[in-house]
Amino acid sequence: MENLQFLLDGFATAATPTNLLLALIGVVVGTAVGVLPGIGPAMTVALLLPVTYGLEPTGALIMLAGIFYGGMYGGSTTSILLNTPGESSSVVTAIEGNLMAKSGRAAQALATAAMGSWVAGTIGTLLIAFFAPIVTRFAISLGAPEYFAVMLLAFIAVTAVLGSSRLRGFIALTLGLTIGLVGLDSVSGQARLTFGIPQLGDGIDVVVVAVGIFALGEALWVAAHLRRKAVEVIPVGRPWMGKADLARSWKPWLRGTALGFPFGAVPAGGAEIPTFLSYITEKRLSKHPEDFGKGAIEGVAGPEAANNASAAGTMVPMLSLGLPTNATAAVMLAALTSYGIQPGPLLLQREGGLVWALIASLFIGNTLLLILNLPLAPMWAKLLQIPRPYLYAGILFFASMGAYAVNGSSFDLILLLALGLVGLGMRRFGLPVLPLIVGVILGPLVEAQGRRALQLSSGELKGLFGGVDVATGDFRFSLVAIVVYVIIALVLLWPLIFKLLRKLLPAKAESAIEDIAHEVEAQVHDPELHTRKELL
Amino acid sequence: MSESAATAGQSAAARPSVPRNIAEYGVCVFLTLLGVVVLVDALQLNNNRTGVDPLGPKPVPVFVGTVLIVLAVALAVAVSRGNQAEAEAGEDIDLNQRVDVKTVLLLLGVFVANIVLIDFLGWVISGGLLFYGSALALGSRHYIRDLAISAALSLATFYGFAIGLGVGLPAGILQGIL
Repeated sequence: MENLQFLLDGFATAATPTNLLLALIGVVVGTAVGVLPGIGPAMTVALLLPVTYGLEPTGALIMLAGIFYGGMYGGSTTSILLNTPGESSSVVTAIEGNLMAKSGRAAQALATAAMGSWVAGTIGTLLIAFFAPIVTRFAISLGAPEYFAVMLLAFIAVTAVLGSSRLRGFIALTLGLTIGLVGLDSVSGQARLTFGIPQLGDGIDVVVVAVGIFALGEALWVAAHLRRKAVEVIPVGRPWMGKADLARSWKPWLRGTALGFPFGAVPAGGAEIPTFLSYITEKRLSKHPEDFGKGAIEGVAGPEAANNASAAGTMVPMLSLGLPTNATAAVMLAALTSYGIQPGPLLLQREGGLVWALIASLFIGNTLLLILNLPLAPMWAKLLQIPRPYLYAGILFFASMGAYAVNGSSFDLILLLALGLVGLGMRRFGLPVLPLIVGVILGPLVEAQGRRALQLSSGELKGLFGGVDVATGDFRFSLVAIVVYVIIALVLLWPLIFKLLRKLLPAKAESAIEDIAHEVEAQVHDPELHTRKELL
Repeated sequence: MSESAATAGQSAAARPSVPRNIAEYGVCVFLTLLGVVVLVDALQLNNNRTGVDPLGPKPVPVFVGTVLIVLAVALAVAVSRGNQAEAEAGEDIDLNQRVDVKTVLLLLGVFVANIVLIDFLGWVISGGLLFYGSALALGSRHYIRDLAISAALSLATFYGFAIGLGVGLPAGILQGIL
């Protein structure tokens, strides 16, 4: 197992006193910011990115890994202790978690969430260490036509599979592509959409886009609809759980992990579907099904593990292909680029030491999180009561600081403001933000790969479907590219296929599907959660 | 998908839906204008194709600009058939309230002031003003406490990040004093 050797080397890099301290700071700050209501994991990473700017890449990545897991964990604490869940990935955890908290079992809910996150994070990170090199090996064998196809698939997947409206998803994606066009064309050097402004020549920094869309856009949107009544926070002591709770939790943790990781690893799998599947599975398998709807611990343990495992899963395509499959991964990719690291299939070869140090620090961060968060939970709960004017003023403050720090120029603040207004409009008009950010990151790469593929085929369109065999000089269609195009077609035609299937499907199967839908509906009392149900 | 459109339509039916629709058509206009800008900008490109670059820099922006306009039309059709936006929910968001235009405008004003002032006054003063102004705009009425927090926050970030971690923040007129 050479991977094991690499991983041990990674631990050697990550376990120096300085780097351990950076991981610790990352975990604490990440949790503290992630706990704050209205701040999801992606915004946590985007807002805290500038903190890492002064560090060298390894230290910065180690701190970022801590921030990443801290932000994830903080989000679930918020959803258990507040009755209105923020990010979609913790909606399911919130259902039973909040019910448990209301019936005086907040400590147990937080404990099973913390330990479930740790179990899922540890197994998930092991799986990253196992799969990332395998996917990389496959990825290196791919050429420009295959990459072009795979990135198109990433576009279509995040746009057409996630979110409730495909049309609005495609609008968001195209806005992202437009932002990605700004700057000098990489091949011809001609200026596109720069309007003669020299600062736009290098394009719009992805970090500024992420901070503008995630942080400023969100702060402005909340300001427009700020809840004037203070939200109710459930008081909590130190998280703990007894033997009975542990006995009820460990299987859901493992099952949740098994569901979450694969969904996270494929484009557009996301955390919503596996957390819901985990919820339904646990309800079916539970020895105490009567507890569901009153605060069943299995309903927190399973979905929370699924959520964290899915987050770990997103690291596989991110590290091995440079493909972002959720918002947090998109921001992490932006971070890599801002440290001067080129993400993509060659990342593991060129920056192997760095990647393995990152994977090792995911283990370390995850464990630090468990040790810290059990005793610190009451303090995190207090953070939920932060006066809202300070919270959102703070987001504006840190967003400005971060955007200014990217290039040390106030021009980026003008861009930040414009992007913040775009983010505000997107939230108002139901345009999902993920396709936009993926469009900004992948758009220029897709164009570059497409043009390279055409260059290899001397401009013939078939160059997008295959390449010339070096040995024989004959043109050969690429199996990978063709398969990917077929998948794209299936995803795009899915609504039609679904209708057909429904007609062909025997009535029995149909009623089974409806049963599940009703069951979920019966559980989900909160009207805000209704939209999520449609994902099933 | 159709299900969600239906539920969104029902919940919106309770409220007056006409002004919402007008705003949605505004999105179509925005997308069309953006598409035109992208196309006009693409037309000034000199598309000399070479062996190294058989496609040239022009086709992709032409494609993106065209798609923007096509999507604008598609959205207009969808909205005219009753497709409604699902506004994003969140922990601190109460969607039953009217849009608080005044707060948003005040925040934008404070933000613009920061852009204008940051290089001259430096981060400590302009960042502090940004926090103070934003907190007041968002409804905080603890004038003295807010001022103290703003000063503490901007000084702490300046010393912590600019001097401690090497993040590039401007000192402005306080250069030499800080």
